[in-house]
Amino acid sequence: MSAAFVFIALITLAGAGGAVFFRQIVHCVLCLAVAFVGVSMLYLQLDAQFLGFAQILIYVGAVTILILFAILLTRNSGPNLSESPFSTGRGIGLLISGAVFACFVWAVRQSSMLPQAAAEPDVSVQKIGERLMTEYVLPLEVIALLLTVAMIGAVTIAMKEAPEANPANKSTDKPSSSS
Amino acid sequence: MENWILHIQSSLIGLESERPNAGRFLFIPLLIGTFAGFFALTTWLERKALGRIQNRLGPNRVGPAGILQPAADGLKMIFKEDVVPRSADKIVHFLAPILLVIPAFLAFSVLPYGRQLVPAPLDAGILFFFAIGGTAELAVFMAGWSSRNKYAMLGAMRAVAQMISYEVPLLLSVVPVVMLSQSLSPSVIAAAQSGGFWHWHAATPWGIAAFLLFLTAALAESNRSPFDIPEAESEIIAGHMTEYSGFKYALFFLAEYLGLFAMSGLAVTLFLGSYHAPLPVLDFVPGPFWFFGKFACLIALFIWIRGTLPRLRTDQLMSLAWKFMLPMTLVSLVAAAIWFYAHPIGGVWLGWILCAPCVVVPYWLLSRPSERTKLSRRVYRFAD
Repeated sequence: MSAAFVFIALITLAGAGGAVFFRQIVHCVLCLAVAFVGVSMLYLQLDAQFLGFAQILIYVGAVTILILFAILLTRNSGPNLSESPFSTGRGIGLLISGAVFACFVWAVRQSSMLPQAAAEPDVSVQKIGERLMTEYVLPLEVIALLLTVAMIGAVTIAMKEAPEANPANKSTDKPSSSS
Repeated sequence: MENWILHIQSSLIGLESERPNAGRFLFIPLLIGTFAGFFALTTWLERKALGRIQNRLGPNRVGPAGILQPAADGLKMIFKEDVVPRSADKIVHFLAPILLVIPAFLAFSVLPYGRQLVPAPLDAGILFFFAIGGTAELAVFMAGWSSRNKYAMLGAMRAVAQMISYEVPLLLSVVPVVMLSQSLSPSVIAAAQSGGFWHWHAATPWGIAAFLLFLTAALAESNRSPFDIPEAESEIIAGHMTEYSGFKYALFFLAEYLGLFAMSGLAVTLFLGSYHAPLPVLDFVPGPFWFFGKFACLIALFIWIRGTLPRLRTDQLMSLAWKFMLPMTLVSLVAAAIWFYAHPIGGVWLGWILCAPCVVVPYWLLSRPSERTKLSRRVYRFAD
């Protein structure tokens, strides 16, 4: 466990903790971005350049912004959460999550799939691209299809008011004082 | 203790043979100094050029021809009072300009300035460049949100929406270059364009299209005129920078110019042959001279555009990004694929004959005003 790993892990955990415990929801999202950056630094420390940069590009550059837009465009989401972020059954929740974590750790430690000595993976960007275009081309296409379907769905939902919008426009077609 | 100092010293000048990369630390002050200097020079040059375009003199009081104006501005900014609104979110308000400037400087580290002059030769350098650039949106949002000011918030949302929309054509216009060079590393892409300007990527039909699309998207990404609606002075004061003063405001200004420089540097690397001379005869001139020469030409072009074009409206901005630029980037992608197969078979001429119609016809179809896009009275709907 190198000093760099401890440092990065602490940053990631602090970001994740902040995302859970802060009362102001925008602060939570910003802390979540810190946690994302921490995870990407872990990838970079493992020499996974592509994964690390993609993590920053997608999670910090896109997902965080998406969450922020969702928060700001949602009405009645007051600036501060009124309730406590802790649920009433937090003792049981802690117990269950601890048990699940212990179970996972046990399962991973028992697994025979783990290589005994961590082999140095040679993952260049070119290799990832070649694999994606040959071996994993079907999953890639399925994901592309899924995203396209989601996008068409979003457009359909957003388009729904278009037929009624035209007559409604005419009624409000008057010079507004704020223009 | 002394060993430690010796170690740093030798690693700084790259003496230790087992750590050949250590000498790259020297690049850090060099890059910061160069581009901060460029920033100062460009602010003066831009004001001079804009003044000439608008038939006035521009700054001419401080030093000969106003050349010391950036120094005077910098001093003024440093000594100005740093006003933070009482209701502002102090920590986020403080962090926003820092988070904007640091990525802007980091982006310069992957550009090749010469054959051996790459500060950080990353395998996925292009990806690093855009990943780092993507964090600017978050910083802009932080600035606007933490100011607790309607105009700042509006400006930040405008800026974020614009940057997200134009990031798509920006990234897609880079893909043809990556596809044909078969590498995400800027130095490999630069090395592939050696031997005269007809080998540059901008000298191919798909390259011209991608280059112009990249320049347009880069202008929008760096929030410069004609895409400066996020900070339109006459509409929403200064956008997300409204509640910033003094040195923090200067940092925003710096980050904006650094973003423009980084985009220009990447455009030079991807499309204009990076550090290669335009003619093989001129190869004896060092690479950085050519890199920064092309870079300066692009900056001059951007200043010229700023002095020439009026500001776009938000709906025009969005329809340009999604209805024109996005299809055109995909078209240039297809044209690049055709070029990839036609070029080895029939040489440059076959490539041009097959690719040029691929780019020109869709451009003509897309830019032609159709019945649906004919100008009609715009109806404004306000929240009621």
